[in-house]
Amino acid sequence: MGLAALSSNLLLVSFIAYLVATLFFGGAVKGAKSEATYQNNRWGKIAIIITIIGFISHIGYFITRWIASGHAPVSNMFEFTTAFGMMLVGSFILLFYLYRTPSLGLFALPIAIIIIAYASMFPREITPLIPALKSYWLTVHVITAALGESILAISAVAGLIFLLKNIDLTKKSKQRFWIEAVIFTLILVVGFVLSSTTFKLIGYEAEFTYIDKNEKPAKIEYNYPPLFGMHQYKAITPEVMTPWAEMPAIINAKTLTTFVWAVTTGILLYLILRLIFRRPIATLFQPFAKKANSQLMDEIGYRAVMIGFPVFTLGALIFAMIWAHEAWSRFWGWDPKEVWALITWLFYAAFLHLRLSRGWDGEKSAWLAVIGFIIIMFNLIAVNLIIAGLHSYA
Amino acid sequence: MSKIKCQCGHENPFGTVLCERCGRPQTEEAKASQLVDMRYEGSARRSQTYNRSIVDRIWNFFSSVKIGISIIIAVLVTSAIGTAFPQKLYVPATTEVELAAYYERLYWLFGTAYYKLGFHDMYNSWWFITLIGMLGISIIIASVDRVIPLYKSLKRQRTKRHPSFMKKQRIYGEGPTEKPDVSLGKAEEKLKKLRYNVKTEDGALLAEKNRFSRWGPYVNHTGLIIFFIGILLRGIPGFYVDETMWLLEGDTKAVPGATGYYLESKKFTMETYTKDEAGEVFGEALDRVGMIAKNYQTDVALYKDKEGALPGSGDQEFVKDYSIIVNDPLNFDGFNVFQMDYRQDEDLKSMTFQLMEKSTEKSLGEFTVNLVDPEQNYEIAEGASVVLSDYYPDFDGMENGEPKSKSSIPNNPAFIFKMITPEKPKGEMSFVAIQQTLETEENAYKVKFVSAEMRDKSGFVVRKDKTLYILLLGGIIFMIGVIQGSYWNHRRIWIQKGLDNELLIAGHTNKNWFSLKKELDKVQDFADLPAYEDRQDKESNLEIKEGEQS
Ligand code: HEM
Repeated sequence: MGLAALSSNLLLVSFIAYLVATLFFGGAVKGAKSEATYQNNRWGKIAIIITIIGFISHIGYFITRWIASGHAPVSNMFEFTTAFGMMLVGSFILLFYLYRTPSLGLFALPIAIIIIAYASMFPREITPLIPALKSYWLTVHVITAALGESILAISAVAGLIFLLKNIDLTKKSKQRFWIEAVIFTLILVVGFVLSSTTFKLIGYEAEFTYIDKNEKPAKIEYNYPPLFGMHQYKAITPEVMTPWAEMPAIINAKTLTTFVWAVTTGILLYLILRLIFRRPIATLFQPFAKKANSQLMDEIGYRAVMIGFPVFTLGALIFAMIWAHEAWSRFWGWDPKEVWALITWLFYAAFLHLRLSRGWDGEKSAWLAVIGFIIIMFNLIAVNLIIAGLHSYA
Repeated sequence: MSKIKCQCGHENPFGTVLCERCGRPQTEEAKASQLVDMRYEGSARRSQTYNRSIVDRIWNFFSSVKIGISIIIAVLVTSAIGTAFPQKLYVPATTEVELAAYYERLYWLFGTAYYKLGFHDMYNSWWFITLIGMLGISIIIASVDRVIPLYKSLKRQRTKRHPSFMKKQRIYGEGPTEKPDVSLGKAEEKLKKLRYNVKTEDGALLAEKNRFSRWGPYVNHTGLIIFFIGILLRGIPGFYVDETMWLLEGDTKAVPGATGYYLESKKFTMETYTKDEAGEVFGEALDRVGMIAKNYQTDVALYKDKEGALPGSGDQEFVKDYSIIVNDPLNFDGFNVFQMDYRQDEDLKSMTFQLMEKSTEKSLGEFTVNLVDPEQNYEIAEGASVVLSDYYPDFDGMENGEPKSKSSIPNNPAFIFKMITPEKPKGEMSFVAIQQTLETEENAYKVKFVSAEMRDKSGFVVRKDKTLYILLLGGIIFMIGVIQGSYWNHRRIWIQKGLDNELLIAGHTNKNWFSLKKELDKVQDFADLPAYEDRQDKESNLEIKEGEQS
């Protein structure tokens, strides 16, 4: 078995380990009466051991892939997102040992699983590095930034648990609407994974030529039935469906097609779930959060930001500036990806000030943590795919 | 303003909420409240105290965290709007008209609005810069407003606090113990083991640790201010140079912004990954996306004017050879030269010709003329040579029967060759330009164009930035400050004797209450202290009570 293949298998092992560990965390929460009694629960112990095994295997994936390609595996969407999932689990393990609360695992691991599944939808082959990416500082920058983001993400997990526990889902309210919206967004991601996997299994392919933004001819391959066509497209593959509409040059119709397929699948999935259970989907998750201690979740949420903020600053701003200075001669260029890192940073600065000086804790703080995670994900996904700048991983 | 005298005898500055020494509440509000606000130790802050003059008003405005957060959010939102469409910098347009057209063509109405509102140059707009300025002022004023009183009251705090201060802490407990003095002694021992600084006074104990973490925010704000100062300094001439330069292979040019330095491009190279060399791991990716760039490189030589030589006098000395690649600029004298761009196959480098006998079309041999720095004589064969008698790099037609050159750049080279052959040892003259040949009289030989070689052009950015070290310093100080304030927290535990055999305990931390409680639990177990409660954690208190009942 070559290193690259070994690497893929290790990733699969960790994926399965996280799934199994989630079940055990569930057992830990279910078997205990309250936060105080489940801290040293046997199920919980097994769960964290399986999580750690999965994490070690995940690190194994990372290292073997690094050796196989000769560069840190954070150079395209698949690699970066997988690494982010790995660090999320690592951050969870860290906070678990600080607070020993299985509830956190019960929510953090499924989110890591969704992230890894999402990552696997992108081309997985090993790519050689273009000149701008060949820098030691880039590696340091990306890894530190992702680590900071993953620790910050744990604060959103704690926030989500706090909200599920404390929001009254039996009555209509703004809070109920928004928490359902958060769950809905997670279901959309699952929808993307489902639709993408389906067409991959079928082996769908459709090639087109088109005229790009700079008025040059280009070629593109769709992996979904093309709902939208690129600017002045012409089909190369025979007998593919004719796109419904042609898009102007600035819109990447392929991305739009993928997006519409994902959202449609997600909405269908959500509606089916609603039809089966006949109540807000958030209520399905609420029982898992019921035993968590609110004060503790609030504390974890804050602590995660306190730990993550300095790491994020170092990685996403300071190291980023050093690298940008080496690669592009300027430490800051107002590139969208940079600006969104700045926005994330400002947001968490505001979060800290609101908490410390204006006493925004509990529910307000939990909402802020969730919004912070949405900003991070926006930067990771939307800015890369839509507002493509210098950083975008094509 | 008059001082406030506390019952304990200490004189507090006007505006004090909790006595600096004993902690007794001084205002009616503080006396009435359940929990005291410990954020700045109840000290007198300028912004909370004065509100008279215009200076007071401005001070109060900027020291408010509410205003500070609003400014942060405003910067955040404007920055986000700036990413909606490409900024001016990234738009391939040079004039305002082109810019406007670009935004309209690609983004229709939204684009036009974006352009008209000036959002296309958001980060250089006056309102954005004003916001950043306000952010800086706010950070300075808010910090000064708090750090001084905080420092003073932490320094003046007394070990023994008034019971009313203890009772208003978030963590509080009271109750009888068998031997209060023994408990106090044991508590001291345990707290010291937990690395607290313990002070005792008259049946009271104060254990404190990590006070330095309270200065974290002020240190990090200082770092931010240093960073801002660094950015301001770029406006001062000499601190900052930012120029671009195009250099053709074979050319030598003065480096813009760096007087007295010259750069020669020896060769530009661009490489792509080939499947063999990249190895099989990359095969799949290369199949999918096709070409992937591997390297952009310009081999250069740097020269400078000799000491004492007049600039431009041509009296230069060689400094060094360097290969500039992406991520590895050339450094000299505080300047950096970065490989930023390139053009291939746009400019002529040399032309190759054949000397040919017209009647037989037989070639005597080839020769190559370097178009940048041509030689005079070209030996071709025994007795056959070509002399370049005149050269017009940028031929622009005839003037008064004389060919003329528009510039010295070889855009349209033309030559007058003198062909010397064994048959015509005196030489024949021929004028050769692209697509045409002129002869003054019928020649037996001709010079025939064979091929042209092109030159590559490298795009460089020349940068000098003396502020980088200031920015880096700001960054480092910021990091020290955030780490100091985030990874440590200031914890205090008060224990004192009350009436009879009672002990009172209270605790405070600026963050991370969970850890404070864990430490307090250890002390409580060891020293047999009364139970305490966290008045904000209703759930665990409930659990404990339920546990006691069952
Ligand atoms: C981007 C700008 C800023 C950053 C990155 C920043 C960073 C920080 C950080 C990390 C803390 C510590 C928070 C904690 O421990 O939870 C802090 C505290 C604080 N900041 Fe800022 N800050 C910024 C702007 C401002 C502004 C504009 C103000 C003005 C009102 C301000 C006022 C304060 C105050 C009053 C504290 C609390 C200090 C204390 O309680 O000892 N900050 N800041």
